[in-house]
Amino acid sequence: MAAPTAAARGARAPARPAGRRPAGHRPAGHRRHRLDRTLSPYLYLSPFFLVFGVFGLFPMLYTGYVSFTGWRADRPGSAGDWVGFENYRKLLDDPFFWNAVKNTLGIGVLATVPQLLLALGLAHLLNYRMRGRTLLRLGVLLPNVTSVAAVTLIFVQLFGRDFGLVNWFLSLFGVDHVDWQAGTLSSWTAIAAIVTWRWTGYNALLYLAAMQTVPFELYEAAALDGASRWRQFRSITIPMLRPTILFTVIVSTIGALQLFGEPMLFSQQQDPTTGGSQHQFQTLALYSYNQFWGRFKYGYGAAISWAMFLLIVLVAAVNFLAARRMRGVE
Amino acid sequence: MTGRRSRTTRQLTAGRGVYAVLGVAVLLSLFPLYWTLVAASRTNTEIHRMPPVLLPGGRLWHNVTQVFAQTDLRLAMLNSLVVATTVTASVVLTSTLGGFAFAKLRFPGRSPLLASVVATMMVPTQLGIIPLYIMMANWFHWADHLQALIVPAAANAFGLFFMRQYLIGAVPDELLDAGRMDGCTTRGLVWHVVLPAARPAMSVLGMLTFMAAWNDFYWPKVVMTQQNPTVQLTLSELASGYIKDYSLVLTGALVASAPVLVAFLLMGRQIIDGIMQGATKG
Repeated sequence: MAAPTAAARGARAPARPAGRRPAGHRPAGHRRHRLDRTLSPYLYLSPFFLVFGVFGLFPMLYTGYVSFTGWRADRPGSAGDWVGFENYRKLLDDPFFWNAVKNTLGIGVLATVPQLLLALGLAHLLNYRMRGRTLLRLGVLLPNVTSVAAVTLIFVQLFGRDFGLVNWFLSLFGVDHVDWQAGTLSSWTAIAAIVTWRWTGYNALLYLAAMQTVPFELYEAAALDGASRWRQFRSITIPMLRPTILFTVIVSTIGALQLFGEPMLFSQQQDPTTGGSQHQFQTLALYSYNQFWGRFKYGYGAAISWAMFLLIVLVAAVNFLAARRMRGVE
Repeated sequence: MTGRRSRTTRQLTAGRGVYAVLGVAVLLSLFPLYWTLVAASRTNTEIHRMPPVLLPGGRLWHNVTQVFAQTDLRLAMLNSLVVATTVTASVVLTSTLGGFAFAKLRFPGRSPLLASVVATMMVPTQLGIIPLYIMMANWFHWADHLQALIVPAAANAFGLFFMRQYLIGAVPDELLDAGRMDGCTTRGLVWHVVLPAARPAMSVLGMLTFMAAWNDFYWPKVVMTQQNPTVQLTLSELASGYIKDYSLVLTGALVASAPVLVAFLLMGRQIIDGIMQGATKG
């Protein structure tokens, strides 16, 4: 791409009046040149840091401050009420908070583990030499470009109690109508299915890309040594994919712990932020939203947000360490 | 770029079993979308029939007209289009410039700044959402205005990092040095060397950004109202009515997804390449 442009520039250069540029302009041009080289990098980076500083970092720190106040939107003048760790202390005794933690982790496990295992298997199959490769890849990635809102509404219908296709399909095998929204495990499963459907193909493509960098000779040598396909997969593919697996584990963990749109739109309740009639699928993101916009408890909601962030960091760190220790068979 | 990625490794050829399993996987991937089309082209009663109907009916156009008549979808689509296009243009531009700075320019503080960009990708949106809302509503008076969606999204860490990764390999240092020798300014280098070389990655980033902006739900839900909605807000509103006409809800889902689906079908191959390239370099 760049080469023709450079050639064109080279061709144009001699067209300038010879000797004009170097002579008179040198000192001033030189200084400007130095200034340009020192300032340009910061100039080019400034939009990001400006936007992030004002709309990312500042609000985040401000949330930290708010979490130490008793600010309630429905109580004028309460914005500056410093309460110290009171909100966090209350959090520890709040059954709804722990319920939300449980739901978030439960849905998180159900959504990420099968998703990544399926993606790994799918990538392995996509790595065979075959016809229609691009079409197959497009097919598995398509779910990823749809919106949370649209997808969830589609799945609400598919997981309908009376007329849902999932229940109809299960009934072919003699399974009675499941009320997906009502139960804890059933609602977790349904929400996890939405997440899995959207993200499996995406992760499969990441794995596929990594698999294609594994030298074929390794497999040949292993085959000569009598290693089975499964053994090759475990002892060569998985270890070679470690950095990518690490990356997907962290990213999908972070995503799963922030689940908001799926549980919210999955709810058929009057107030969708309660996460079902028994709060059976109220996630932390839903709970903080509920405290903010439903109950106007800004201080308490902010504390939930920070607790959520700490949980994300904690779980991501645990996963990181666990995934880094992961080896092949040995 | 593509030349370097071409594989020297040989692969096993797929047997029937591989095709069969992949076929099932693709079917499962496509089925919910196919089924949306089925439901969107039928009446509410038809889709509540057991055993279910599995073929599209003839009411798609009727349902689409109904959705547009019953909701603010026209305004919502226009809003989403304005927001997504503006955000895309801005993100692609700022990411290319910033990515170039990180990839090819030497300056004090480069490493810590890059590390802080990567770190910001870990921060959940929720963490700043209330102050962000308060800023928008009370300080800037932007609540329920499109700039509340555009400005905070005008640059992002992912884009910056994505372009950096690409430009490291796509722009040869020798070319930049040669340009410098010719007395080219940094802006000149950007214009004549970086932008032409970055074009493939810019289009992938543009597509990803457009889809993310079009599909965003959480922040619009907080800062916008049904008086000035985005597509996803109208869609969620359509689904929260008392009498739920599922064929209309799913027609809405189809209409809301249509622009992104069309764009994906047009650009799909490049997007896949972009995702896979990011994966191997990460």
